[in-house]
Amino acid sequence: MSVLSVENLGIDFGGVRAVDGVGFAVEAGEIFAIIGPNGAGKTTLFNLISGLYPPARGKVLLNGEDVTRLAPHLLAARGLSRTFQNLQIFFRMSAIENVMVGRHLRERRNVLAHLLRLPSVVAQNRDSRAKAKDLLNLVGLGAMAERPAGELPYGALKRLEIARALATEPTILLLDEPAAGCNAVETAEVDAVIQKIAAQGVTVVLVEHDMRLVMKISSRIHVLDQGRTLAEGTAAQIRANPAVIAAYLGAHAGAEAGDAGR
Amino acid sequence: MPGMLRTYWVVLAVAVIVAVLPYLVPTTFYLRIAALVFIFSIAVLGLNLLMGFAGQVSLGHAGFFGIGAYAVAVGPAHFGVPSWLALLLGLILAGVIAYIIGRPILKLRGHYLAVATLGMGILIAMVFTNEARFTGGPDGMAVKRLVLFGWTARGSVAWYWISGVTLVLAVLLAVNLIDSPTGRALRAIHDSEVASRVLGVDVARYKLIAFVLSAVYAALAGAYLALFDALVTPATAGFLRSIEFVTMAVIGGLGSILGSIVGAALLTVLPQLLTVFHDYEHIALGFIMIVFMIFLRAGIVPSLAQLLRRTPQ
Repeated sequence: MSVLSVENLGIDFGGVRAVDGVGFAVEAGEIFAIIGPNGAGKTTLFNLISGLYPPARGKVLLNGEDVTRLAPHLLAARGLSRTFQNLQIFFRMSAIENVMVGRHLRERRNVLAHLLRLPSVVAQNRDSRAKAKDLLNLVGLGAMAERPAGELPYGALKRLEIARALATEPTILLLDEPAAGCNAVETAEVDAVIQKIAAQGVTVVLVEHDMRLVMKISSRIHVLDQGRTLAEGTAAQIRANPAVIAAYLGAHAGAEAGDAGR
Repeated sequence: MPGMLRTYWVVLAVAVIVAVLPYLVPTTFYLRIAALVFIFSIAVLGLNLLMGFAGQVSLGHAGFFGIGAYAVAVGPAHFGVPSWLALLLGLILAGVIAYIIGRPILKLRGHYLAVATLGMGILIAMVFTNEARFTGGPDGMAVKRLVLFGWTARGSVAWYWISGVTLVLAVLLAVNLIDSPTGRALRAIHDSEVASRVLGVDVARYKLIAFVLSAVYAALAGAYLALFDALVTPATAGFLRSIEFVTMAVIGGLGSILGSIVGAALLTVLPQLLTVFHDYEHIALGFIMIVFMIFLRAGIVPSLAQLLRRTPQ
């Protein structure tokens, strides 16, 4: 059974079919990439899967359970979490508190106990803090744990979002352009982090424009164009696909050749 | 333990102020002002949990303040309920009403939520004005004194200590909450609702929790004010009172516990000091508020804290 399967998914924005008839299945332990030109519907697809938009058509199945139109926090409780292309950081909180919010589902949520700070709450705070610290170390932000998140550099915030999503202990993690805006060093760090996550058994679905990163780490690639599926396959198959080259990769192949020539 | 101190310094500071102030002031008149400051601080502290931490506005919290006030007025006068029990019932009633009203209106955001809470406050105040049979209508009604174990709470000194100790406890609960899973969820919602949701936070539930808590804080403050004044009128629950609470929270500092108290103190003490300006009292007050907001735009406490951090030691 697939960890995540999407069937004939679609949504319209003002008559435009932003996502239309998209379907795929992600198996446990995969790093599954979704690529395509700007406006192809990649982030919209993520918003549909993570419950932020209700789909007009189609189904989303999580470990075989129909979770279409389920609220995001209920999807999180079923093991799906995500990061955002345009950062959604809790800027007024410290880096470690950002990650501790990710522990929410694993914490006991008794408001009265929280108001009175019963000993169990103290112990739980300590436990959440320790787990959050481990995750910050995993993404290389251990030294910045107590800094206000608003003061961290862009690349660090990208990894902070990953640590925060991991804190929910997801079985499947959606990463929306984790390397966008990152320099070569930061991209290498993101690359290493994703591989570590996958090594821990978390299934990763990735939207990314950095083709070197995508081709290097993905087990399979799904290509979208104008809201529709263009192709799906391994890195080698996608690189050789004439339709994909025409719609998307062509431009990138050129850019990479240009980089190499410099 | 430095960790404990870092969390609880506010509680300690407020406790010290409450304990020491009576020895510093020349007459009990000042204790009356201080008691009023403490009472308003409790309401503003609750509102700050909602506005400063969860980021949800309310322009109707005087309604809950009024529910607390009228509970201790109507309960003993018409139903023979002892004042302490009427107070408890008032808190429960405020919480229940906040829960019922909060569920639909907290789906609204920003200005729309502001207008909806405004309507809620006006509606509650109207009930107090119109149900004259129970509430005395526009003239208000007398409130029986609080009697605890045969002791009658009356006068500035008694209410100074009751409201002061309660404020310390209210601060303690707020501090506990803020550094807990609930508090983190509230602060997360303030910064990004979508991120909170995908991390598993039931956003609607936590907004409602903050709303109910803040309503209970407001009702407690309202009950104290009514018992202290031995009188309650619909103005207690009026629109201007709601605005006053919001102003206190904003001027003291949204998201700052100490700021709630500083804001309440400023707007309670300033009008007393400004009486020297006679007819120009309100102009002076308005001018001072504008100046504060221009120069300390994050609110008094957060802005000063920021300045202190920037100043090299």
